[in-house]
Amino acid sequence: MSEENFNSWLKESATFPRHVIAEIQRAAKTGLYDIRGYGAKRHVPSFDDLLFLGASMSRYPLEGYREKCETNVTIGTRFAKKPIELDIPITIAGMSFGALSAQAKEALGRGASEVGTSTTTGDGGMTPEERGHSSKLIYQLLPSRYGMNPDDLRKADAIEVVIGQGAKPGGGGMLLGQKISERVADMRDLPQGIDQRSACRHPDWTGPDDLEIKILELREITDWQKPIYIKVGATRTYYDTKLAVKAGADAIVVDGMQGGTAATQDVFIEHVGIPILPAVRLAVEALTEMDMHRKVQLIVSGGIRSGADVAKALALGADAVAIGVAALIALGDNSPEHENEYRNLGTSAGYYDDYQDGKDPAGITTQDDQLAKRFDPVQGGRKLANYLRVLTLETQTLARACGKNHVHNLEPEDMVALTLEAAAMAKVPLAGTNWIPGINGM
Amino acid sequence: MNEFNLDQTSVRELNAALHNPDLAVNESSWKITNSKGRHAVAVGIDATLDVQINGHVGYYCAGMNKKALVTINGHCGAGVAENMMSGTVRVKGNASQYAGATAHGGLLVIDGDASSRCGISMKGINIVVKGNVGHMSAFMAQKGCLVVCGDAGDALGDSLYEARLYVRGKVASLGADCIEKPMQEEHRAELQALLDEAEITECSANEFRRYGSARKLYNFTIDNVGAY
Ligand SMILES: Cc1cc2nc3c(=O)[nH]c(=O)nc-3n(C[C@H](O)[C@H](O)[C@H](O)COP(=O)(O)O)c2cc1C
Repeated sequence: MSEENFNSWLKESATFPRHVIAEIQRAAKTGLYDIRGYGAKRHVPSFDDLLFLGASMSRYPLEGYREKCETNVTIGTRFAKKPIELDIPITIAGMSFGALSAQAKEALGRGASEVGTSTTTGDGGMTPEERGHSSKLIYQLLPSRYGMNPDDLRKADAIEVVIGQGAKPGGGGMLLGQKISERVADMRDLPQGIDQRSACRHPDWTGPDDLEIKILELREITDWQKPIYIKVGATRTYYDTKLAVKAGADAIVVDGMQGGTAATQDVFIEHVGIPILPAVRLAVEALTEMDMHRKVQLIVSGGIRSGADVAKALALGADAVAIGVAALIALGDNSPEHENEYRNLGTSAGYYDDYQDGKDPAGITTQDDQLAKRFDPVQGGRKLANYLRVLTLETQTLARACGKNHVHNLEPEDMVALTLEAAAMAKVPLAGTNWIPGINGM
Repeated sequence: MNEFNLDQTSVRELNAALHNPDLAVNESSWKITNSKGRHAVAVGIDATLDVQINGHVGYYCAGMNKKALVTINGHCGAGVAENMMSGTVRVKGNASQYAGATAHGGLLVIDGDASSRCGISMKGINIVVKGNVGHMSAFMAQKGCLVVCGDAGDALGDSLYEARLYVRGKVASLGADCIEKPMQEEHRAELQALLDEAEITECSANEFRRYGSARKLYNFTIDNVGAY
């Protein structure tokens, strides 16, 4: 049989495609579940399934480079004495020092500061590099409390209480032994080289009523200066949002199931949580019902890549977005220039997801000094700033096309859906119809 | 002496005063009355103050304390001295759950009993409990010492890292990866010093047993799957 005939004769199983077979073989060989970084790789309904209706007869657009389209956003107006003023509605999500090298953290700070937005610490505490290079830094309070201390709390511009993450709602953090270098071990008060499991629940409170008291304590420690965010993985988003408001949050961060991670079980990444598309809507509904929309700011994340994603998230009612994986890619993650090394690691540029391994040839998701040294934080910061500027310009372009002089003036009525699923989840009509499944008609 | 009657002044005013460096320099003695179970009393102090609280307190009293000596002449709600960095917190009564949770340093002395999860995730603090501690105490404890002069509840030291546990009475059960370890001279000396610092004269270091991590769960191996 010729090669061509042979290939057309083969029929791959939809139930057992090659990557499923490979995973069964891997599991049988090692007895370990697959732990990896990156976000979900499966297809889920997303912002790609929405389109904007540009202005035409009934609305008029704004002139591209002449008429202003503002992008600023203030976060923490509810209780904090010092709310955070951002120039653009795109922030950098929490990624830990430990998961990322100190140089990568520095680059995130440099890039974000250059365009007037915030960065966020992560599991493992605050490093001087990142504080020094971030003009606005959000300090995470996670279940592990690694490196948590009142001095850094007072140095922060805002505090983010992390209840969950989109990649693993209900799961704790993980940092495998190969990334627990001396410095990381020291910051976390752990022995070097062990597999470190962060708790999945906070150690000193359970439930929303306790959280309210916990937030009171944080406010008292910091004299009511700092905005307090609550971050949740998208699951029961409507109720979580209401409870977060009740617990006293200034801002809510909702991370969709596509959201990135440094190390999580694949089964968790792919099978727990809901996409950000329905989650934005659920959060906005809850806020609106409590008369808190735009008073408690909503930041959404999980698979944000382009200005189109940003504009659509804002149009659904978010105040800002956060990015993780896309920011790492902007820094140089998965770049073809490292193809040979990716091959040596058994992968390829565009597929690399072994953030847990610490062998990142780009020097970003590593604690290996030699690899980390390859990464230039100044150049990385510049690339991130460029990327953030592009996202902003794209967002403004779409907002102007819809006739808006502030990106926050985008609204659901500016959009239609391409698929029934997206129409039902985002609660905008299917293109060419006035049908919103679950709302009108059926 | 600075006096605060919490029936007349708010907890906010109290904490603001405790954080005010000018007030702290002039007067290091503070007396707080009518605490009446209020939450977040005397949190976030960063000065060598002597704070006496006459009455019971709610959640997170003396949270994130640095340098100060805080004495609670009463009982405490959840999370007393949570994430303390340094200084001393002394509870004359009993303490609720998560006493000394995640604390990095300093000394917490509880004259009565402590409830469940005492010293959870502790990262360097020393905790001395004159009475008993509840279940899951020292869960995931990383560093520092937990000294229990009475009995310990179920699952003591579950998923323990490098913290050292000393118990004088009965241990209902040990948690995953926590084992009894021999008491050696260095441990007796460490323990006696802690008892002395806590001003506990009723018992001596010779009467305690030591528990610590078997370190079997430090790196994931499939053969230990039952323990995870
Ligand atoms: C390398 C890496 C490390 C992360 N570390 C943390 C963390 O420490 N705390 C946290 O709340 N989220 C963490 N996240 C999740 C991000 O904060 C964010 O929710 C997610 O990346 C957003 O989705 P996106 O990556 O698709 O933009 C991490 C993500 C990545 C990619």
